[in-house]
Amino acid sequence: MKIKQPKILFEKIWDKHLVQSKDGYPDLLYIDRQYIHEVTSPQAFDGLRKRGLPVARPERTTATADHNVPTKNQHLPIEDLLSKFQVETLEKNCREFGVELYSLGHQKQGIVHVIGPELGFTQPGMTIVCGDSHTYTHGAFGAIAFGIGTSQVEQVLATQCLLQYKPKSMKIEINGKLGKGVLSKDIILYIISQITAAGGTGHFVEYCGSAIRRLSMEARMTICNMSIEMGARGGMIAPDETTYAFLKGKEHAPKGEDWEKAVAYWRSLPTDEGASYDTEYIFEAADIEPMITYGTNPGMGIGISQNIPKIAKNSSPTDMEKALSYMGLKEQQSLLGKKIDYVFIGSCTNSRIEDLRLVANFVQGKKKANGVNVWIVPGSKKVEAQARNEGLHEIFQEAGFDLRQPGCSACLAMNEDKVPAGKYCVSTSNRNFEGRQGPGARTFLVSPIMAAAAAVTGEITDVRELL
Amino acid sequence: MNFKNFKSSCVPLPVDNVDTDQVIPARFLKATSKEGFGENLFRDWRYGSDGSPNPDFVLNNPNYKGEVLVAGKNFGCGSSREHAAWAIAGYGFKVVISSFFADIFKGNALNNGILPIQVEASFLQQLFEKIEANPGTEIAINLEKQMLKVLGTTLETGFEINPYKKICLLKGYDDIDYILSQKEAIEDYEKKQVLAI
Repeated sequence: MKIKQPKILFEKIWDKHLVQSKDGYPDLLYIDRQYIHEVTSPQAFDGLRKRGLPVARPERTTATADHNVPTKNQHLPIEDLLSKFQVETLEKNCREFGVELYSLGHQKQGIVHVIGPELGFTQPGMTIVCGDSHTYTHGAFGAIAFGIGTSQVEQVLATQCLLQYKPKSMKIEINGKLGKGVLSKDIILYIISQITAAGGTGHFVEYCGSAIRRLSMEARMTICNMSIEMGARGGMIAPDETTYAFLKGKEHAPKGEDWEKAVAYWRSLPTDEGASYDTEYIFEAADIEPMITYGTNPGMGIGISQNIPKIAKNSSPTDMEKALSYMGLKEQQSLLGKKIDYVFIGSCTNSRIEDLRLVANFVQGKKKANGVNVWIVPGSKKVEAQARNEGLHEIFQEAGFDLRQPGCSACLAMNEDKVPAGKYCVSTSNRNFEGRQGPGARTFLVSPIMAAAAAVTGEITDVRELL
Repeated sequence: MNFKNFKSSCVPLPVDNVDTDQVIPARFLKATSKEGFGENLFRDWRYGSDGSPNPDFVLNNPNYKGEVLVAGKNFGCGSSREHAAWAIAGYGFKVVISSFFADIFKGNALNNGILPIQVEASFLQQLFEKIEANPGTEIAINLEKQMLKVLGTTLETGFEINPYKKICLLKGYDDIDYILSQKEAIEDYEKKQVLAI
């Protein structure tokens, strides 16, 4: 009798996708879907051309233009010539190689990690890659999803396979109920502040626990999205009824008999009883308050009621001192009341319809503070359309918020949406590195309602006082 | 570059957690080829907003030159942009030494013929001290034996590198050439497995 070894979710999917495993070599993994965007693909397609190869499986490849696109007047030609050329290059490449593309102007265009799930391309049990570090977002569906470099994009285009070393596994369990005003964004910021920006290195993380089970799919995506910020190789959440309900009826989700078969398979995926992880952490949801970062990596975060920590005597002098100097802040200072200049609500972390609804709900009847620029950038054309259908755009307009068009926008400021040097931006995005939102820009990372609160008061605020 | 008898002086960057936004800021990712990134390596640390070189940054210090970058722990964290590796290679670095590399960056570096060498934190500290005392300090690498020596001192260490990448670096192999040679195994797999599209 063969005894079946208990496996974790990650192992089940990895083992099913092994094309080849040889001693001393990385595993050869089959990739179910590769997402493509305009910034990390040009050199990959060029590489294919130089080798005289076609795209091996164009039907398993989905492209969009998101990083470089303007978020205003998308119907007009892109003004920045380099951006324009990059988007045109993507269009040319997709045409030539037969890859489906949702480019600027397409009604389903948007940030790649928003449209993939929206269109039902992302499903449990899949292996998914993209030349972008926030690809972990798709892990929220119980998929192995991770970011890769351009040479690897070329590898997958050429062979539909990827050479990868199997990472270690990490379980992060969060139990209990979230307090008022605390969102999934705060969960992940809290975890990173506890584990640090390098704490997940070499590990593929699975999030579980009662607090995770209570979350919607969009809230789960926010958590998986930022797993990269603790250096992890991936972040995933086992699929459940919430996942299946989200996927049912989505354009590219299985239908009819295929749907029944798929769900039966997905139900077999969650971690087996008795399976173990290399490393484990447990956290209590009740310990988490609305979070805010004060420094220049996502691990430098505190609860809104806490003060910036003291600079440790033996810490590398460059880290904390440099960060505080860049941010114009002091150790042990409270952030409450700090005047801010910009608010950015957007990015693949928080730009879906639930995020926009939360902001609209909070902001209804209020106006933005004087002297603050507020940008709301929906994650996709579908999100934008839905927001308009629900009348959210009127609420934003009334409040003086600038509702723009979909794109990565000020998350990394590759387009015109840049925060000027020295200015403070409260942002729902995922990175606060020096110069991320523009050279010299100073970023505070928060949840959508914390951003909304700052927009209305003009300063860093504990949103719970206004709820 | 096959790292058989590699020898070079070092450029020290004793900063931890150098993220890839610092290595190559996002506004330079608009290129459609792999060329020209070396000019923008560490752009915003290297140059002021008016474009003038920042005299305090090591790349503008003529005392330090070489094909080896020595950096603080968790080098290359943050964005997966392979452009970071192209910038480092384009500038002329062939080796990066640190006590820890972010995973994605490490893969990108190896895929582009750059050797990332991970050493103990104490070794790194001593190396920084030696370089500060003598900016012309040279290191020698024998990839075959996986040994790193600081010349003119007794400081030396072995280092790890996965066997597959070692063969690739020594022979100038490419990942894609290797996978294409396994075409039969891939077709076999597709026939046997029922996979969602």
